[in-house]
Amino acid sequence: MPEPREIELTINGERRAGRCEPRTTLVDFLRETCALTGTHVGCEHGVCGACTVLLDGAPVRSCLMFAVQAAGARLTTVEGLAPPGEMNDLQRAFQEHHALQCGFCTPGILTTMTALLADNPTPTREDVRRALSGNICRCTGYEPIVQAVLDCARGRAGRAG
Amino acid sequence: MNAPDRAVDRATHVGTPTVRGEDQRFLTGAARFTDDVRFERMVHAAVLRSPHANARIRGFDAAAAAALPGVLLVATAADLGEVPVIPLRLAPLPGLDRFVQRAIAVDRVRYVGEPVALIVAESRYIAEDALDLIVVDYEALDPVTNIAQALAGTALVHEAVGTNVGSHYHVARGDPAGGFARAEYTRKERFRCHRHTAAPMETRGLVAEYDGAAMRVWGATKVPFFNRRLLAKMLDLPETAIEMIETDIGGGFGVRGEFYPEDYLVPWAAMRLRRPVKWIEDRREHLMATNHARETECELEIGMKRDGTIVGLRATVWADLGAYTRTGGGVAIARVPQFLPGPYRIPDYACEVFALHSNKTPVGTYRGPGRYEANFFRERLLDLAAADLGLDPAALREKNLVSAQEIPYDIGTLVPFEGPNAYEGGDFHSAYRQALAAIGHGSLPAKGAVIDGRLHGVGLACFTESSGAGPSESARIVARPDGRYEVYVGVTTMGQGHETVFAQIAADELGLPVAAFQVFHGSTSHVDEGWGTYHSRAIVVGGSAVKLAGAAMRDKLIELAARRSGLPAAELRVGAGAVLRESDASTVLDVAELARAAAEGDAEAREATHVKARFDIKMRPYSYGTHVAHVAVDPETAQVEVLAYVALEDVGRVINPLLAKGQAVGGAVQGIGATFLDELLYDEAGQLVSGTFADYLVPTSTEAPPIQAIFLEEAPSASNPLGAKGAGEGAIVATGAAVANAVADALAPLGVKITALPLSLNNLAASIRAARRRA
Ligand code: FES
Ligand code: FES
Repeated sequence: MPEPREIELTINGERRAGRCEPRTTLVDFLRETCALTGTHVGCEHGVCGACTVLLDGAPVRSCLMFAVQAAGARLTTVEGLAPPGEMNDLQRAFQEHHALQCGFCTPGILTTMTALLADNPTPTREDVRRALSGNICRCTGYEPIVQAVLDCARGRAGRAG
Repeated sequence: MNAPDRAVDRATHVGTPTVRGEDQRFLTGAARFTDDVRFERMVHAAVLRSPHANARIRGFDAAAAAALPGVLLVATAADLGEVPVIPLRLAPLPGLDRFVQRAIAVDRVRYVGEPVALIVAESRYIAEDALDLIVVDYEALDPVTNIAQALAGTALVHEAVGTNVGSHYHVARGDPAGGFARAEYTRKERFRCHRHTAAPMETRGLVAEYDGAAMRVWGATKVPFFNRRLLAKMLDLPETAIEMIETDIGGGFGVRGEFYPEDYLVPWAAMRLRRPVKWIEDRREHLMATNHARETECELEIGMKRDGTIVGLRATVWADLGAYTRTGGGVAIARVPQFLPGPYRIPDYACEVFALHSNKTPVGTYRGPGRYEANFFRERLLDLAAADLGLDPAALREKNLVSAQEIPYDIGTLVPFEGPNAYEGGDFHSAYRQALAAIGHGSLPAKGAVIDGRLHGVGLACFTESSGAGPSESARIVARPDGRYEVYVGVTTMGQGHETVFAQIAADELGLPVAAFQVFHGSTSHVDEGWGTYHSRAIVVGGSAVKLAGAAMRDKLIELAARRSGLPAAELRVGAGAVLRESDASTVLDVAELARAAAEGDAEAREATHVKARFDIKMRPYSYGTHVAHVAVDPETAQVEVLAYVALEDVGRVINPLLAKGQAVGGAVQGIGATFLDELLYDEAGQLVSGTFADYLVPTSTEAPPIQAIFLEEAPSASNPLGAKGAGEGAIVATGAAVANAVADALAPLGVKITALPLSLNNLAASIRAARRRA
């Protein structure tokens, strides 16, 4: 078995260092080594999107990456979307629109939608549906999520304008 | 934590759309799912599963696995000693108890995915490495992989039993032969519903810890009290030594929380190792190990007058239960005959039932068990009959729906382990008309009308649905010295939002804001007994217990205040955390102060601030409704788009319209998705072909159609003090039926006949090609 490596990266604005085997997936590193259990595993094979985190701002599936590949990167997980104990406007919109039931898919969907809104602050319904299509939710039927994201985008546009 | 607002809150919370208090922890990553439970010294289990559908185990060589550094335990049946059997929990159909599963395979495996060995290691990675090092010597045998082979019985899944027929029985009502003798037209068809399952986003998982005296198990859900009883017996521990603890749960839909083999193996390992053991199922395991559902065939015959009046219905149904009968393995097949006649006036009806075993994953309940299947069979046949007779499918339904005057409508005894039942109240026609109006039925393009190259169709399905399984449920409310209230319930929750719903119910009883209540659920230590969450019973039965507990606390507080103040009870009311004088709203008794007194030993105060209630449900609530689908089908690619979908149901009193709508939209998308996509496919060798999320397809946001979910409250249930009926399953039960009818309507001009699900691209394209060849 190859020796464990020391890696260093920035997670939610904090410098973190940890030891892991080269085969340790990024999601296991986040959950086990960093105790950031907000990122979930729904399939372990890259289909469901539950494990999505932002790597230098771009959504990635942390079950498909090794932790060592993320060395030096800047990561954002669900825990880093708002200051501890608070919710940002996207999270509040999810609550308002009942865009989560069991909440297991929710962290991966929030990170994916965060990236969408950063990229495209005024998405259409279709834009949201398409950006969401790589995340599986078994509970909501998706429509409340689409509504929440559109509502959040409108709110941001209103405040900016 | 702040004390609740002291302003008198007399708003009615029940019936008001209320956002969920529990959301914040899920939205910020602070929720605690089973895999988030961790302990010092915790070790990790992995399960070695059979790669064969049917094989004898001739031997094991586990030496290399046991020698791997970090491996703590390798256990096969031989190491377990007497391997316990997992009994039935529900639906004891005659004969099924001969086919129950053991907690680990003993000398023989009967489906791909059956547990044959358990490994525990210092890390999950090492445990999985060790799985690869175990060598099992199998002697492969011919498998039984479908209903025809199971019936033929040339190969037997359980030789010792001597048959693959788990259960075989007849049910009937009225005079079926007499009914058919009056028929002027009959039609018989063979239908098939495909094997699929719930696939909740969180796979199963458990953490068990044993300290030499007490066992604690995290990850319990659905029926923790039942599972505790079972585990206590298997481990030979007193029930009180075991605590089952519900974590946050990533979706249940019926499949999660039954007693599975791992529910014994993981606690057993924790006892053996005296270290906390965690086991988390991966998705591939989930699709082969967690209950499958729905695989049923049906030969259905209808007798009618030429004007479309139904005079008789008879059926034979066959279900493939897989290799063993699991805890709820008989439920769906027992419910198919019950729901086959649906909401129609069919006094003369008979059904013959075969519950069969094969070398596939065992089945259990999945949201709307037996209903999804039965509604598809019946509603499809109604459309075929309407076409034969030249009748409008809508008019045919209108004619045969049970009328409001005929309610309560006796449905007879159609389930062997239950007494007679009746549809309790309501107006099926009203629901039916409102569903048609909502979608604009009549003005939609249908019957294969071509628009931009696509064929349009409209499909209808009417249904009834039961909920509120008995016998009882418990609740306990505690008033705290800080002015807040704790509500303890015996039911569990898997994402439905029960914490908010129960707080709404209690808030109304005690005249307080919803935020004054904190709800605790799912642990066997919260209440004396709980019956769990299934059959849409949590709100109907559990919510009623909360209502009774709230009312009991109110009465006790008023009684005590009257006694201490000398004022007549009739002049007092409860609100704003106090007993108030009706005339001037002055405080007579402060509940928080009383709670402080209770904490200091005042027995009277304790009695009024610690209140328990139990609700026993005596009759079964029945909801009813209609689904309508409008689709467009591309005849070249077989691609179907669901353009509009109405799911309408009368659920009695709606407690939280925001959450109820969420259940309906989510349920409808799940069911429509399953009608086109989800399929657990096996090859002739009994290998599961669709064993990953890349092969087992569930609907994504681009496939999810727009759903118009409508709840009527025209017929509150008389079965419970809330007037509620289950609202979590009705939206899925008619999806297969309505969608299949719509697609069949669209493709009628091509001569395509639809009698089987799923309507996958491949299946539909093949039907279109075959119809074209015939034409
Ligand atoms: S867990 Fe990574 S995509 Fe499913
Ligand atoms: S909320 Fe349960 S999977 Fe999305």
